[in-house]
Amino acid sequence: MNDSLLMLTVVAAIGLGTPLIFATIGEIITERSGILNLGVQGMMLMGAVAGFWATFTTGSLLLGVLAAVVAGAALSSIHAFTSITLRANQIVSGLALAIFGAGLASFLGKIGNDPLVGNPSREVFEPLFTGWLVDLPLVGPLLFGHDLLVYVSWLVAGIASYYLFHTRMGLSLRAVGEDPASAEAAGVNVSKVRYVHVLTGGALAGLGGAYFSLALVPTWQDDPIGAAGWIAIALVILSSWRPWRAVFAAYLFGAASRVQFTLQTLGEPWSDIPSTLLSMLPFVLAIIAMIVLTSGKRARYLGAPAALAIPYFREER
Amino acid sequence: MTSDAATPLAAELIGIDKEFYGVKANDNVNFLLERGQVHALLGENGAGKSTLCSILAGLYRPDSGEMHISGAPVLFKSPKDALAAGVGMVYQHFRLVANLTVAENLALGHPGLDVRLNQKELQQAATELGQRYGLPVDASARIWQLSVGEQQRVEILKLLYRDAQILILDEPTAVLTPQESKVLFKTMRQLAEEGRSIIFVSHKLDEVKQISDQVTVLRDGKTVGGVATADAEPKDLARMMVGRDLELPTRKPSEDIGSVMLGVSDIHVQSDRGLEAVRGMTLDVHEGEVVGIAGVSGNGQRELAQGLVGLRPLTSGSVELDGVDITHMSVLSRIRAGCGYVPQSRLGMGLAPGLTTEENLALKAFRRPPYSKSRRLVASAFRDNGEREIKEYDIRGVRPGLPIRLLSGGNLQKALVGREVEMSPKVMILRSPTRGLDVGATEAVRNQILEQREKGVAVLLISEDLDELMALSDRLLVIYEGEVVGEMPTEDATAERLGLLMAGQREGAS
Ligand SMILES: Nc1ncnc2c1ncn2[C@@H]1O[C@H](COP(=O)(O)OP(=O)(O)OP(=O)(O)O)[C@@H](O)[C@H]1O
Ligand SMILES: [Mg+2]
Repeated sequence: MNDSLLMLTVVAAIGLGTPLIFATIGEIITERSGILNLGVQGMMLMGAVAGFWATFTTGSLLLGVLAAVVAGAALSSIHAFTSITLRANQIVSGLALAIFGAGLASFLGKIGNDPLVGNPSREVFEPLFTGWLVDLPLVGPLLFGHDLLVYVSWLVAGIASYYLFHTRMGLSLRAVGEDPASAEAAGVNVSKVRYVHVLTGGALAGLGGAYFSLALVPTWQDDPIGAAGWIAIALVILSSWRPWRAVFAAYLFGAASRVQFTLQTLGEPWSDIPSTLLSMLPFVLAIIAMIVLTSGKRARYLGAPAALAIPYFREER
Repeated sequence: MTSDAATPLAAELIGIDKEFYGVKANDNVNFLLERGQVHALLGENGAGKSTLCSILAGLYRPDSGEMHISGAPVLFKSPKDALAAGVGMVYQHFRLVANLTVAENLALGHPGLDVRLNQKELQQAATELGQRYGLPVDASARIWQLSVGEQQRVEILKLLYRDAQILILDEPTAVLTPQESKVLFKTMRQLAEEGRSIIFVSHKLDEVKQISDQVTVLRDGKTVGGVATADAEPKDLARMMVGRDLELPTRKPSEDIGSVMLGVSDIHVQSDRGLEAVRGMTLDVHEGEVVGIAGVSGNGQRELAQGLVGLRPLTSGSVELDGVDITHMSVLSRIRAGCGYVPQSRLGMGLAPGLTTEENLALKAFRRPPYSKSRRLVASAFRDNGEREIKEYDIRGVRPGLPIRLLSGGNLQKALVGREVEMSPKVMILRSPTRGLDVGATEAVRNQILEQREKGVAVLLISEDLDELMALSDRLLVIYEGEVVGEMPTEDATAERLGLLMAGQREGAS
């Protein structure tokens, strides 16, 4: 493999990984509060369609991003209500959300006289920097070749990490996910903490969805995000609930998804490998990583919040 | 001290009602707490003490009733409100986040801190506070690394860090050694002298007599009465609690001790952290004999018990039960061979919290008739047997169809011991069997143990309660850091002698 091809693959991996960073960190924040939201796919799709629609009608990327964030948060509020207030089964509620969000997004893309489907986006996130910065060898394309949201994703990882481990609210968040009864006794409002972070997680998932429709594949189609929402859930485990690791896990995954194209451009004999096999690669990778990481003794150090997916009743024994 | 208009009561609870699933845990309870006093709250298991405390601490909301703090009416929606009003509680089951540090647990939920957490400052504050009140802790340690005694100090520091004026301590001494309790009492006195008020829940009447100024007794959720501690003897308090006179049973010396029933030779067992927790213990328990194991908690008790019943592998050594080598048997085979076990943690290890009382009572016997016939469970057998055992062992508060975890601690223990007794074991291993039990339940459980002894069961009693060990055991072994450091007939044992051995001082060796 020559250098420029490697570079191309890495840059592409960063692009493909970016929506996963948003969604994964969103889910990390959600799960850190003890709520498991399996509806990431639905929230991402809603973010994708809302972002595309807002940009399509207003021509503003900023409004697109805003709409995506609001849509993701709005959908997650359903899950917040059922799992925090009603204390329903979180797995059922999350799965329902995934299906509902996907259906709704597809529906919204098709309605009206002039439906969104098939239309290209009016505005697209373009690389932020041009000129000599990008032409620098190595660091140019790696650090300066990206669009705004890539930088935002790094910022999000940094902020999330700091918030989680160095602030008072982050401490409350971690405590609520580990041991809500103790957190409550210490004066933390468990419901409030959970609501805030489930909604934040939804907003980030929505943003991740919009990255597909406004940057990666900026034409509205019925299924613009593939299985990204499901992958994000796996990446949460892979990154052991830590924001910075989510960045690397997402890029690794992006690289694995990119490999099939890279191999095709390499020609014989690489291009003979059936593409169906190669497109399985990321998923196989995810499964292997999950098995290795969650088996045996290692699972204990993994850091899953101890109260994850367990409904909390204050007056329960 | 009398209250007048100038010094309002620290707290005043009037006509408190609280119902759980049809059971009135608090029924028109009145409770008055004076400033600067230690006020003991007494009552049998399930009398409603923890419920009342939790209401004052804002955790439970009363169905009706009024609360006043320093004369002003309050309505707590959550512990947050209570803490803001200066009321804090150390719960019977600690409420610390296990994988956070001591300092982080102090900071958690504290409204007055900066957004940015400064670990250094927090740890320093925690350490200083600990020094001031005689509650030393390692502020940078994580909770799971601490002993229960240390965890309790953290709980109290948590309240002091919030400058709580009313401290509710729900059975704090149940998990402490006598020495640790003494230290706690000193701290409590200091706090009371500073003008803070303390609610102290305990089943140990001599402690109540020693530390409290005032006593309130609850029975079946109702206030039975209150007295100044100076005017009441432990005996009177016991009568107020249970409504009859009580005599805690003690063993009568027996001459004929049978053959060796449980033979343990040179066993080694590892702890969860992979350290050697039992380091070569050898001991025998004979038919009809109670052997007591004394020692400060954390010296291998848990690993010894679990090693004997098969829950933890032995690294070396062997165990014989009635002449049969059970070293390599599964837990189930050991149960069938006649090994009974009452673990320290009642819920979880001893009983299945989510199953009903009837199901729990049959948890070791359900594989065989009458509970199962041709691999199907017989519901009527569970019910009939459950009803009988509930009556026989006086298990109170059972609600058919509801999970056993709703029972109070004493009743859980009665169910657990009853179930083990029903299996007609040859050997019974018990860990702190009366920890947290009221005097009535303690009496019942002790009687059960002595009855087993009469029947010829070999009993291994692992406990941190010296009174209990001396009252029930024929022979005492003292363990320290995983080894037996002393052995004596109970007649030769004194609290001082045991205390020294438990602290690791070998006799004669000095
Ligand atoms: N959260 C709860 N859910 C259901 N029932 C409860 C709950 N808390 C208490 N109860 C019931 O209320 C009654 C009083 O319980 P409480 O824990 O207040 O007793 P207690 O006096 O503290 O007993 P102990 O000495 O065993 O700690 C018991 O019958 C108990 O089963
Ligand atoms: Mg209690």
